[in-house]
Amino acid sequence: MHLLIVILGVYVATLGFAILINVSPKALNLGGLVGVAGYLVYLAYFTFIGGYVGANVFGAFTIGICGMLAAKYKKMPVIIFNIPALVPLVPGGQAYQVMKYVAMNRPHLAFFYLMQVLMIAGALAMGFLLSELVIQLYNYLKRNLKKEEKAHKRFFFFWFKDVKIIRVQN
Amino acid sequence: MAEKHESKNSREYKNKVVQTCLLAGKILIENGSELNRVSDTIKRIARNAGLDDLHAYVTITGLMISANDEAGAQISEIEKRNFDLRRIAAVNRLSRQFAAHKISLDRFYSLLKKVEHIGFYYPFWMMLLSAALLSGCITVVFNNDIHDFLITCLVGMLGWWIFHAIVSRVNASFISEFVAAAAIGAMGILAVRFGLGQSTDNIIIGSVMPLVPGVQITNAVRDLITGNLISGPARGIEALICACALGFGVSLSLVWLG
Repeated sequence: MHLLIVILGVYVATLGFAILINVSPKALNLGGLVGVAGYLVYLAYFTFIGGYVGANVFGAFTIGICGMLAAKYKKMPVIIFNIPALVPLVPGGQAYQVMKYVAMNRPHLAFFYLMQVLMIAGALAMGFLLSELVIQLYNYLKRNLKKEEKAHKRFFFFWFKDVKIIRVQN
Repeated sequence: MAEKHESKNSREYKNKVVQTCLLAGKILIENGSELNRVSDTIKRIARNAGLDDLHAYVTITGLMISANDEAGAQISEIEKRNFDLRRIAAVNRLSRQFAAHKISLDRFYSLLKKVEHIGFYYPFWMMLLSAALLSGCITVVFNNDIHDFLITCLVGMLGWWIFHAIVSRVNASFISEFVAAAAIGAMGILAVRFGLGQSTDNIIIGSVMPLVPGVQITNAVRDLITGNLISGPARGIEALICACALGFGVSLSLVWLG
């Protein structure tokens, strides 16, 4: 029940931000789903393994991959799916806490939250970088495997032809 | 055919290509694209227009593009930056159509001029509603605070309304965040005092969420990692000042009322 509320909340929050930054209505639903996927991975890592940096890396990784798939499917730029989906993970609340504690003259707490902001922002960027790396590797492998497959087919074709010829001769 | 070749090498044509690249890059940066994509798009447009040796120096506050020796370098300045993904999508679509030779260079340029005047998909009440839902849902998801859902929606909506009203009337960039944050803080404190909500902190964090520069901070680190050593820190400092304005606004009302 609690998980259901969280999923619904993330979906609606992603949609809300997407509307605020003027995303096309055709991309809204998929963008919300990408956001939910990213947040679920984040939540799973956070509860079962622990540590918010790793959780953010894998959350951003998931968003990167899913956003790429959605962009391919809808033929729109990736950024349309990535930026709204990032909203539940982004360190906005912490950035606000930093400045609040600076203004209220509590530098220790401010520094604590500042470190969190930097770590989370870095983790999200690393996650995106990793997803881009994986996508490029996948494309590279796909291209090369196709070439190899063709080569194999030609090889087998000649091989079978030879066998046939031998049988006929026998 | 010979005529066409002649015209592709002419000075006017190269000038037009540089101007088109400049306009496309300007629209992309103004609406929150990361810089890797901007320089990629510019290079692609130039290659499709048949101009191979085009150099672009892209930063967050301005961009310079020079074609080879005949057409001189041109500069475009960028003053305001916000998020409007519809324009980014439009530039992307036009660039793809140009790459597929569906539209000519002149048509591409005139369509890009029109992109600057594209409006919003959604009516104003829908944006208000989405700001409200965004704030409420963030409170529920982050702080497990279901009781404050409705009041956070209300405060967030009013805060975003104030922000939007000031942005469209005043030309100073960080004042609007400051005033909106001060209003949100005051409303959160008063709501708790009148018994409408339970936790001031949760209400304020949720309501500030539509204004907070979280995506800008992440984009700054992304720019930094991909090697834009000038734009990454610039974007980061812009986000930091924005967060500063928000935090100071809220703490002003906390000091006065709380």
